[in-house]
Amino acid sequence: MSAARSLEPWRWLGVPILQALVLTVLFGIPLRVFGLQLPEPVFPMAAVFAWAVIRPSILAPFGVLLMGLFLDYFWGGPIGLWALCLLAAYGVALGGRTMMAGQSRGILWTWYGLVTAVAMLLGYLFEMIDVKSTPGLVALAWQFLATIVLYPFAHRLIEMFEDADVRFR
Amino acid sequence: MSLRDSQLGELKVPLTWAAAIALIVAAVVAVAFLISDRRETFQAEAYGATRRASDTVLAPVGNVLAAPARWTGAGVDSISGYFFAASENRRLKAELKEMRQWRDVAIALRDTNDRYRTLLGLRTDPPIPMVAARIVTDSRGPFANTRLANAGAEKNVKPGNPVMSENGLVGRVIGVASGASRVLLLTDTASKTPVMIDRNNARAILTGDGGPNPRLDYLRGRDPVKEGDRILTSGDGGVLPRGLPVGTAVKGLDGRWRVVLASDRAAIDFVRILLFEDFTQVVNQKELSVMPVPPPTLGAQTVGMAPPAAAAVTAPAASAPKPAAPPATAATAPKPATAPLAAAPKPGAAAPSKPTGPAATASKPTVPKPTAPKPAAPKPATAKPATAKPATSTAAKPPAATPAKPPAPRPAPQPEEPPI
Repeated sequence: MSAARSLEPWRWLGVPILQALVLTVLFGIPLRVFGLQLPEPVFPMAAVFAWAVIRPSILAPFGVLLMGLFLDYFWGGPIGLWALCLLAAYGVALGGRTMMAGQSRGILWTWYGLVTAVAMLLGYLFEMIDVKSTPGLVALAWQFLATIVLYPFAHRLIEMFEDADVRFR
Repeated sequence: MSLRDSQLGELKVPLTWAAAIALIVAAVVAVAFLISDRRETFQAEAYGATRRASDTVLAPVGNVLAAPARWTGAGVDSISGYFFAASENRRLKAELKEMRQWRDVAIALRDTNDRYRTLLGLRTDPPIPMVAARIVTDSRGPFANTRLANAGAEKNVKPGNPVMSENGLVGRVIGVASGASRVLLLTDTASKTPVMIDRNNARAILTGDGGPNPRLDYLRGRDPVKEGDRILTSGDGGVLPRGLPVGTAVKGLDGRWRVVLASDRAAIDFVRILLFEDFTQVVNQKELSVMPVPPPTLGAQTVGMAPPAAAAVTAPAASAPKPAAPPATAATAPKPATAPLAAAPKPGAAAPSKPTGPAATASKPTVPKPTAPKPAAPKPATAKPATAKPATSTAAKPPAATPAKPPAPRPAPQPEEPPI
């Protein structure tokens, strides 16, 4: 696989942001065929995880904030909810990146699932406090499943840029 | 020499710390957004200019992107219609046969209802104007279940307006922008809707949890719900009109009563936004709260200054004009009638936009007359504060409760003491 060797911000931050937001909008159209709706995965989660694994960055948290705010505005949820959840996921992944270094794809996928679970748990707790009502676990599980199957996108991003800055290998 | 061995490699630790600080700053910003958010309130300004701007931009984008989805849906419908035409024809014939019987029953009941309304002088709800809109984006996650409709402030949509599909209630409007309005679905965790069970009028609160079947909370009584009960809006609280179809009760896997939403029967592509305003929203609350000052009693002195003998004399004098007063006050005195009348024109003003209605036409002649004279009928002057109640109570009880502050003139209770 060809690996890009330069870590230009627009390339490893800007392009994934755009891709995640476009996919979010596309999956937000009200399509229903034979009574079935499209799933609603959290596309930015793949980029968030990959950025943390590739290297620490000053710009990345603000990219995460931007994507989270977009999700909140687009989905009509509480403003800041997904921004905070994604930043928490980024923080967890950043904290555990030394343990992830050199791990196999399966282990990284497990880490990705863990990070996603942390983000959703935080959202669940905040919703409980904010609206005094518990979100349904089934709905939560569906979104969790739809999100963790996106790991191949994150892995591809990691493979593209993990060797770009040898200081953080 | 590699980068790792060079002096630039020493930047690793500061970069990690800088990234951590950036993360904290971003998290603080997110928390600030989160704390200041008030999306589910009914205040138009709470929705925020940023949300309005984003909705205004997203609505046309969603409209364009949703077009292929609409075409696809239409194509699938036509294909399935072609293949299942025979079975659907059979089903429709059976349904039509059943509906004909219901039509006859409905006509008879409507006639009976109209007569009862006329006899009782009921003030019926005015028909509600509505706006058609298309859903352009849809969110279905556990933390947000909202939709964006492509009708907004330019069509007089307001926060709180109920939204219906052809099958039942979908949700309510929580934010309005130019050309777009955000609909909070019944399934959203922030959605709490007062509903009733059609069979026995038992009340409950329909609480969304992000899943397809919202819960029935705060049910009262023993076994108030049965499987298959029809759930309607109760109209309690004045947010939604009474009687809108919501769905059917089912027992959830968690043992709680839930509702299979009627609006889920078909894809929600077009919706109707009801421009419904409750009486309490329409009426001038200040005007309702004003306590009308009773007219001065003939020959009465300053309160508390008259000698007992004089009081005994003035009391009959006060009661004397009573027989003549009712018709006179009923015809001229505007005070008790002003509050209801001030309220009445507004629903009426909304009504002209809907020419539908046999119910509306039938109710019109009966509306003002029977209710207006009633408040004026009680003779004593003391009855005046109370007179405001009957007329107002037809629609809004809370405002009528405010006149708890009777004005100074209290001579009238005294006449109850031996007049002779």
